Amino acid sequence: MALATETLRPARVREGSPWTGLWAVVAKDMADHLTSTRMRILELLIVLTAVGTVFAATENLRDTVGQDRFLFLRLFTTGQEPLPAFIGFLSFLVPLLAIGLAFDAINGEFNRRTMSRVLAQPIYRDALLLGKFLAGLFTLSLVLTAIWLLIIGMGILRLGVPPGGEEVGRLLFFLLATIFYGGIWLGVALLCSTVFRQTATAALTALAVWLFFIIFWGMLANLAARTLAPVQLGTPQEIIAQVETSQALARLSPNTLYVEATIGLLNPSTRSFGLVLPTQLQGALLGAPLPLDQSLILIWPQLTALIAITILLFALSYVIFQRQEIRA
Amino acid sequence: MVEVVLETQNLTKRYGDFVAVNNLNLVLGSGQVFGLLGPNGAGKTTSILMLLGLTEPTSGFVRVLGLDPTRNPLAVKARVGYLPDQIGFYDELTARENLGYIARLNGISRPEAKRRIEAALERMGLAEVAEKRVRTFSRGMRQRLGLAELLLKQPRIIIMDEPTLGLDPEAARDFLNLIRELKNDNITVLLSSHMLHQVQAVCDRVGLFHKGVMVLEGSVPELARNVLGGAYRIHVQAESRNGDVEHALQGLPGVLAVQRPAASQYVVEAAHDLRAEAAQAVIQAGGRLAALDMAEPSLDDIYTRYFQEVQHGARN
Ligand SMILES: Nc1ncnc2c1ncn2[C@@H]1O[C@H](COP(=O)(O)OP(=O)(O)O)[C@@H](O)[C@H]1O
Ligand SMILES: [Mg+2]
Repeated sequence: MALATETLRPARVREGSPWTGLWAVVAKDMADHLTSTRMRILELLIVLTAVGTVFAATENLRDTVGQDRFLFLRLFTTGQEPLPAFIGFLSFLVPLLAIGLAFDAINGEFNRRTMSRVLAQPIYRDALLLGKFLAGLFTLSLVLTAIWLLIIGMGILRLGVPPGGEEVGRLLFFLLATIFYGGIWLGVALLCSTVFRQTATAALTALAVWLFFIIFWGMLANLAARTLAPVQLGTPQEIIAQVETSQALARLSPNTLYVEATIGLLNPSTRSFGLVLPTQLQGALLGAPLPLDQSLILIWPQLTALIAITILLFALSYVIFQRQEIRA
Repeated sequence: MVEVVLETQNLTKRYGDFVAVNNLNLVLGSGQVFGLLGPNGAGKTTSILMLLGLTEPTSGFVRVLGLDPTRNPLAVKARVGYLPDQIGFYDELTARENLGYIARLNGISRPEAKRRIEAALERMGLAEVAEKRVRTFSRGMRQRLGLAELLLKQPRIIIMDEPTLGLDPEAARDFLNLIRELKNDNITVLLSSHMLHQVQAVCDRVGLFHKGVMVLEGSVPELARNVLGGAYRIHVQAESRNGDVEHALQGLPGVLAVQRPAASQYVVEAAHDLRAEAAQAVIQAGGRLAALDMAEPSLDDIYTRYFQEVQHGARN
């Protein structure tokens, strides 16, 4: 009801910068994150996983030192039964970390009854929301960068060689993609914290969305592709159409985008995702690694999609938050 | 004439068909303490939220220090302190850290903030617990911390929603005394309460709310004169063998009405202070005077009486 009256009103010009107070919010929330027990536990979990998987990977990789140009990339991608590779863990741990950072960002302020006190200070809601998002993103970046350095450090110690320039470049982009992948889940959690007043509801909803994409989205994409692009005559064109539809649908999931970006970066011989037709391979040296810029062109759509989804989610939270009445 | 610091004209807030605040007209002069009073659900909080720009008015206009809170919210909020009815702090932070965050949000420089925080904590009697986490604070301490936060901003206007809610009578009295002191700093105070008698002593003027409408507005003696008829109510306790005492009291010039709530008790409503005359009249009528006392007119009486009269059609 209140919404209706407020949308009909002609937009009035606000005065003063929308970002006044932004950095005060970022500093306060980052300090909260870095001292909270919740974050300590998640960080510990990630460090243990990193140490465990990298230790196992270096056991395997020692023999190939000197033969492999991309030894340091293998640190992240090599698993040892029954332990999967570190990137396998990351696609679980990063969403968990991100959701843990933001699921109570907005509703937590309402529940503690601090929201009206904060918004009674000279600060726009824009700054509060963005400040909370940035605090989460910076914390996430800090934690992931620390882990990244830890892994590379361990690699240098255990393998006895420094990483090459291209390896560092690829790993930097991989770090960036991981941060933006976390940004999406940060956006999901922030949205949930804006929509639901109960922090438990917000956390569970965000986790449910994540599980949905990890477990069910792939299956659903398959099913949907079968109805959208049915194979009736069994011609190769039909089969290709179905696989491509399924793939396009799968790419709506942030997980798929992240996994593809990771593969493109950490597996330099990747030339394309999904079906590779013989015509596309003409003139290509099979198995030969692509240079970094070519790999980047390959994963550029994935990287930009990750960023675009994050911005979209943030914008949605923003619109909802702007319309909420602050009575607590 | 004092400078007008806060003004509303026909301020209205609707939620759908429900009118939460109906055509509120308010003028507050600098350094005044104004009480926005009325029962729960009368529209006090909604009015306050509109003054601060935390809720957009449906119609009407607000000027705070000459500024429009919906157009210029930052400038208004930098000059107005707000103590919400259910005040919350970051429990895991200390009192000083909580104030530090507010200082940063207000863009107060670090050394200046340190100085102001110290002074505010000292003034509110919280200096000893400054390093304690707010989690351990009692309701009264939280309320004082809230006031410390307001002082830190050095506002021109302070708006408090139900500041005595949940305080024991002694803490409430102490808190109201703190509010009185703000007057000396020439800070304008607007406070809301549903406990009429509790705040009437600190308010220079009050506005009585009923279902979104401010039905009465003025100083307490003014309202008493208008609504109760007499500004003075004299309580007399006296034994009398026949009905002579009541009769004698009624006969005094200046007496508007005499009520007899109990056999030996009389309440005399008078246009001026008639204590001496009343005592004389009781004795002359052969009554044995036991006590005589003049009560301040109570806002609760004013409110109750007003609605009795509205219901009986004496008004409107
Ligand atoms: N968001 C809302 N939607 C509908 N009605 C509301 C809303 N907020 C408050 N009200 C109604 O507005 C009236 C005034 O509320 P409020 O200003 O909080 O009263 P007070 O502070 O005097 O107790 C109440 O009847 C309340 O139910
Ligand atoms: Mg209220």
